[in-house]
Amino acid sequence: MIYLDNSATTRQYDEVSELMFKAATENYGNPSSLHQLGFEAGNLLHDARLEIEKQFYGHGIVIFTSGGTEADNMAILSTARKMRRRGNRIVTTKVEHPAVLQTCRRLEEEGFVVEYLDVDVDGYVEPQEVKAAIDENTILVSIMTVNNEVGTIESVVPAFKIVQEYCNEHGNRIIFHTDAVQAFGKISFEDAQFDLISVSGHKLHGPKGVGFLYMNRLIQLPPFITGGGQENGYRSTTENTPGIAGMGLATKMSYGGLMDKMKNMGEVNDYLRRGLMAELDDVELNGPEALGYSLYDYGKRCPSVLNMTFAGTRGEVLLHTLEQDGIYVSTGSACASHHTGDSHVLQAMSLTHKEIEGAIRFSFSEFNTIDEMDFVIAKTKAAVTRFRRLGSFR
Amino acid sequence: MNKNLYLVRCGEVALKGMNKPYFERILLERVKNALACYEGAEARWIDGLMFVRVPDTVPEDDVVDKCVKVFGVASVSTAVECEKDIDKIGAAAAEMMQKIIDNEGVQSFKVKGKRADKSFPIQSPEIGRIVGAIILKACKVLRVDVHKPDVTLTVDVRREGAYIFRDKVRGFGGLPLGTNGRGMILMSGGIDSPVAAFMMAKRGMTIEAVHFHSYPYTSQRAQQKVEDLVRVLAGYMGTIRMHVINLLPIQEQIVTNCPEDETTLLVRRFMMRIAEQIAIKNKNMMLITGEDLGQVASQTAEALVVTDSVVKMPVMRPLIAMDKVDIMDKAREIGTYDISIQPYEDCCTVFLPKHPVTKPKLERIEESESKLDVDALVAAAVASEEIVTISPR
Repeated sequence: MIYLDNSATTRQYDEVSELMFKAATENYGNPSSLHQLGFEAGNLLHDARLEIEKQFYGHGIVIFTSGGTEADNMAILSTARKMRRRGNRIVTTKVEHPAVLQTCRRLEEEGFVVEYLDVDVDGYVEPQEVKAAIDENTILVSIMTVNNEVGTIESVVPAFKIVQEYCNEHGNRIIFHTDAVQAFGKISFEDAQFDLISVSGHKLHGPKGVGFLYMNRLIQLPPFITGGGQENGYRSTTENTPGIAGMGLATKMSYGGLMDKMKNMGEVNDYLRRGLMAELDDVELNGPEALGYSLYDYGKRCPSVLNMTFAGTRGEVLLHTLEQDGIYVSTGSACASHHTGDSHVLQAMSLTHKEIEGAIRFSFSEFNTIDEMDFVIAKTKAAVTRFRRLGSFR
Repeated sequence: MNKNLYLVRCGEVALKGMNKPYFERILLERVKNALACYEGAEARWIDGLMFVRVPDTVPEDDVVDKCVKVFGVASVSTAVECEKDIDKIGAAAAEMMQKIIDNEGVQSFKVKGKRADKSFPIQSPEIGRIVGAIILKACKVLRVDVHKPDVTLTVDVRREGAYIFRDKVRGFGGLPLGTNGRGMILMSGGIDSPVAAFMMAKRGMTIEAVHFHSYPYTSQRAQQKVEDLVRVLAGYMGTIRMHVINLLPIQEQIVTNCPEDETTLLVRRFMMRIAEQIAIKNKNMMLITGEDLGQVASQTAEALVVTDSVVKMPVMRPLIAMDKVDIMDKAREIGTYDISIQPYEDCCTVFLPKHPVTKPKLERIEESESKLDVDALVAAAVASEEIVTISPR
């Protein structure tokens, strides 16, 4: 089996599964309990929190959530609630994940005004667009770090700078959020000073059903879920100890030797792209060609994603053909395949319906190898050729 | 253990002549089968009415729901039984009414008397009046309204006892399953074919299914959807066997060798041939399709002639003269609609011609087909079948 759908979800590290099993069978106490068992469970949380906080600049706190989607919801809805007296404008992009887009739509119904910024043909948001969009009524700017469908590293660093400058000049406050679900574990956030950062556990070989929102200490959002006061009162509910512990370990392991792993992933990514383009005609890369490895490589592509259009084919048919050979890919994004419509990201990049229909996303993990790619190239070539042979009668 | 009583009335079965005992016996068996999941449930015929008794631990709605799903059942009522004594009948009726008032706050009522047992000394209209008076006295909030009552109670005095019931929940009617041969439905994931299968089963036909897909040109979710549809049907018909065939090898041959505008029809002809062979093998006597005259290009009168001509077996098309909206209503009624409208396609649009022929000529189609080794393709398809057995949830 060759798993190339790592942007949808990843295989858990074995060490993570072991730790979680232990957390469920031995350290099963409630972290709020006063006895030894509760104390041990609390330690697991504490360790995970430290492990995750290490990856950031050090001015914020981690609020554990049920996943990336909840973290996005919390970031946007709580900011809107906190700032609604100061303004009603939100700036985001057309290529965000539905977790951000649908939450913004909800706020529009409540009277907020949302500006959805355009992207260029590579799915990239020009920082100047951000500058033009913010004004004294703006309370929130939300731009994803890495796009989930095409891998573009967005202009979060220059955009954040623009927002900061604007705030300094005008003496107001705009909160800057980034959905880092596809970036965390692949790109360093050490010197990122964004106000809010959403992350999901299962994209970095951690468990599903857990994620977090990293929050600048100065912001002080209102509570998102009220109850027993867990997570400093921001999100009450008994903590998902095994999940959180698993995510902590997955974070540590993902960031161990990160640069070597990412360079290797980049080689695998390039090898597949070049191989497919050499073997097949009418193949287009969707997204930037150059690969980037840090937040400062904005406008380049994260090595974890390769999205290509095979003209005259149907991505879904290719997907089912490849799965017969044990190769797992996706069309657009896993969440989008429940909808019959075209990918909103590829639409925003001005692709035609035909081009979107023929698009496939290969997404990599540190476990993929160049050897595997030879097989993938051969099988993709066979699938595309077979389809085109039939399709050529149309 | 206390048991609740349900009165089950049959529809057309009652009209049968010499064969009536046969139909009654099968219908009784079907009802018993439907209630087999409730321990202690029993059913028997008395004077043309089916008496069903189920322990009172089972919610009444569940029992009624199970009974009305049995083909051949016209209606079902939950009933209260009592001795054939007018005072006792009145007391039981008043008690029943009080419960209804407590639950629903009704204000007006009427009592209908019925006397199947002519030896009972009080005549039908009189029964209604007397019982009505007792209820009125017992439940003070009520008034009688013979024209538009909130509630109507019926008192039925029969040979073996008196019965009081309120609503009649309508069944689907029809004839008991298994009294009318076996048929093979060509089952897609659409709205029509489940309705077609349902309608034939309602007339007593035992149903088997065949489903065609084009994996990997269609997804596994499409087949999952068809299985979900068949599972709903199994709720009415019991376990259903479905034969699953991959048509892709045939479609590839057709697309490569035959004119584009004929592809759909040629594929339909292959489906019919394959279905017929599987039907014969499994002792089905006819084919059933969800075709509806003029709905799509492959369902014009001319197209039906072309697809029909490849099989000897009769092809039942129960929806042929229905309008789409009525088929959709029927699908909602039997509970398949919401599954049918899920997006997963069972036939890849890759194989759909842009401008399909709507008035095909049989000779031309046969000529196109002559480029293919029809028998070998059909035999290979039949040999490749997978069988799925689908039981009700």
